[in-house]
Amino acid sequence: MTYLTWIVAIGTSLLGCVAGVVGSYAVLRRRALAGDLLSHAALPGLCLAFLLLGGRHFLGMLGGAFVAGLAGVALVTFMCRWTRTKEDAALGIVLSTFFGAGIMLSSYIQNMPGGGAKAGLETYIYGQAAGMIREDIYLLAVVSVLVLVVLVLFHKEFKVFSFDPAFAQAQGWPTLTLDIAMMGSLTLVTVVGLPSVGVVLMAAMLIIPAAAARFWTDRLERMLVLSGVLGAVSGAIGSLISAGAVKGWLGFDPFGGDEGANLPTGPVIVLCSTTVFLVSVLLAPQRGLLARSWNYFRLRAKTADENLLRTLFECAEPRLPTLVTVPWDELLARRAWSRARLFWVVRRAGWRNLVRRAPGGVQLTQRGLEQARRLVRAHRLWEWFLIHGASIAPDHVDRDADSIEHLLGPDLIAELENRFIAQRDASNAAQVLPNSPHELNVP
Amino acid sequence: MPVPPVEIHDMTVAYHRKPVLWDVDIILPERKLIAVVGPNGAGKSTLIKAALGLVPLASGKVEIYGQPYARQRHLVGYVPQRESVDWDFPVTVFDVVLMGTYGRLGWIRRPGPRERQQAREALAQVALESLAERQIRQLSGGQQQRVFLARALVQDAQIYFMDEPFAGVDAATEQAIVALLKQLRERGKTVIVVHHDLQTVRQYFDYVVLLNMRLVDAGPTETTFTNENLQKTFGGRLTILEEAAEAVRLGKPS
Repeated sequence: MTYLTWIVAIGTSLLGCVAGVVGSYAVLRRRALAGDLLSHAALPGLCLAFLLLGGRHFLGMLGGAFVAGLAGVALVTFMCRWTRTKEDAALGIVLSTFFGAGIMLSSYIQNMPGGGAKAGLETYIYGQAAGMIREDIYLLAVVSVLVLVVLVLFHKEFKVFSFDPAFAQAQGWPTLTLDIAMMGSLTLVTVVGLPSVGVVLMAAMLIIPAAAARFWTDRLERMLVLSGVLGAVSGAIGSLISAGAVKGWLGFDPFGGDEGANLPTGPVIVLCSTTVFLVSVLLAPQRGLLARSWNYFRLRAKTADENLLRTLFECAEPRLPTLVTVPWDELLARRAWSRARLFWVVRRAGWRNLVRRAPGGVQLTQRGLEQARRLVRAHRLWEWFLIHGASIAPDHVDRDADSIEHLLGPDLIAELENRFIAQRDASNAAQVLPNSPHELNVP
Repeated sequence: MPVPPVEIHDMTVAYHRKPVLWDVDIILPERKLIAVVGPNGAGKSTLIKAALGLVPLASGKVEIYGQPYARQRHLVGYVPQRESVDWDFPVTVFDVVLMGTYGRLGWIRRPGPRERQQAREALAQVALESLAERQIRQLSGGQQQRVFLARALVQDAQIYFMDEPFAGVDAATEQAIVALLKQLRERGKTVIVVHHDLQTVRQYFDYVVLLNMRLVDAGPTETTFTNENLQKTFGGRLTILEEAAEAVRLGKPS
């Protein structure tokens, strides 16, 4: 590990951080592809600046890239407004045209006579952080700090503008200026990122950490911080891997590269942040796939439990308080369950002491009876409401109630109960449980 | 004679060169609940947006208490249409309501304890205190609408512009909103509401503005909300105006 490797790692993690923060706003405002447009459109600017300045003048080239990137954005805006091209089509056209022009110019430069000064332009396409020198890092640091300071200072303004531009404008914020400031920050960050990450993949630095961070939180402030951290970590790890640091840690190079042959930094960083993204998609609480499937399966299990209890109750109802044993076949006939599933549901309910197995069938326990009574009440109240409150035919309500009753909260049940008590007729004033509106087929 | 809260002179607005409002002249009275009524595409929302400077005027001017809007912003509260924002945006109910104080705060300054207190009070007024920390997507349509109302309440304005606050809300929310509007009127505010439900105009509003690309009539509900005027607003296809507008858009005679 050389000193330079660390410097580069610090640089790319700074870039990842600020790109993550700026990119969050772009993603939230549905401008995620603006970064892609900017970086591709910047390439001809880099080359033209190289030609005009007659050499690899870092700051000058970045200036060229900045101007060309903004020109690309302006062109898309004008195409949308003055021709009838839709935004995505305009974006595609401008992006590829600028990129094509950039590639042509860069190969023209490669073929120019004279010296090694022209070498290395192609590193702008895929990015090569190892090619950075200390001045590049300084520039990166200055730009990052500047952009972060602006974003922190004007956080309130950017927040209201991103969420509700019309309201922000009515409140008197200069929305055009805010929009330009956001676009300008995005362009600045994109352009300073080009040497290390490259034209092709810079957009990923803006989009992926933000999209990953969105999975973990519902607060804008936390999302911005998290996106910055994820970007910084991906940037640092990516550039260290790309510089061959992994070989230093593991003792061998898992990527099988030759001695001294560096992997391009951009792709490695992007793959790192994609890994973070995938982990977020899977593991994030609430929004993550695992959490969502867990909730789904829990609901299914709860539904199955409740259906079992209700079926047992309805079979036992005529002879209460005696708890009859309901035969297995009877249960199978009443629920569209396989035998294995029925056994599994009964076993689970048995663990919680709600039912017990009796010879030839299943029986509610006292505890199970209590719970079943509550469930049946909810089910019938809901059926009653569907018939009287929503005018649904009595022969339809059983299935409708089946699908919704597992989701009814205690408040709603209480509300239904009040309505039921208020509306039942005097003849059955003492009735606490509505009769089932349909034939129960009790054996 | 006192200065009217809203005075619109000769307002013409065009979208993509197609005129949507022609020569509208209205003077709105103070301390009234005012409904803006008209068929789809009549320019109801546009009228509000143009008054707030959100869409450019092709001609004419708008005055708020005798001054241009830009100078009187602090007197105006705005409730946009509910569909105008992304409800998946990562902010809480409380965050959104707090945004109503931003205009008063000015650049860079952050909301402090006073602003937070105001936001809490506004949430209490729309009965959403218990949902303050929820992400806004988890609310029902009626609750979302009430969040927007609370945000306008913390703006502490004299005049409120509301774009379809009753669209897609449940009956309970509708009653809550009406009660709130009446409360605002009691406190001396003027409320201008784009309204689509003709059934309730008489019941809720003191004053109506009937609009169909041009001003049909404006005045107290009892005298202005008449069958004849409604006929003029919703009946008669206004073919001449529409054809003229289409011709302007196409840039050639239709």
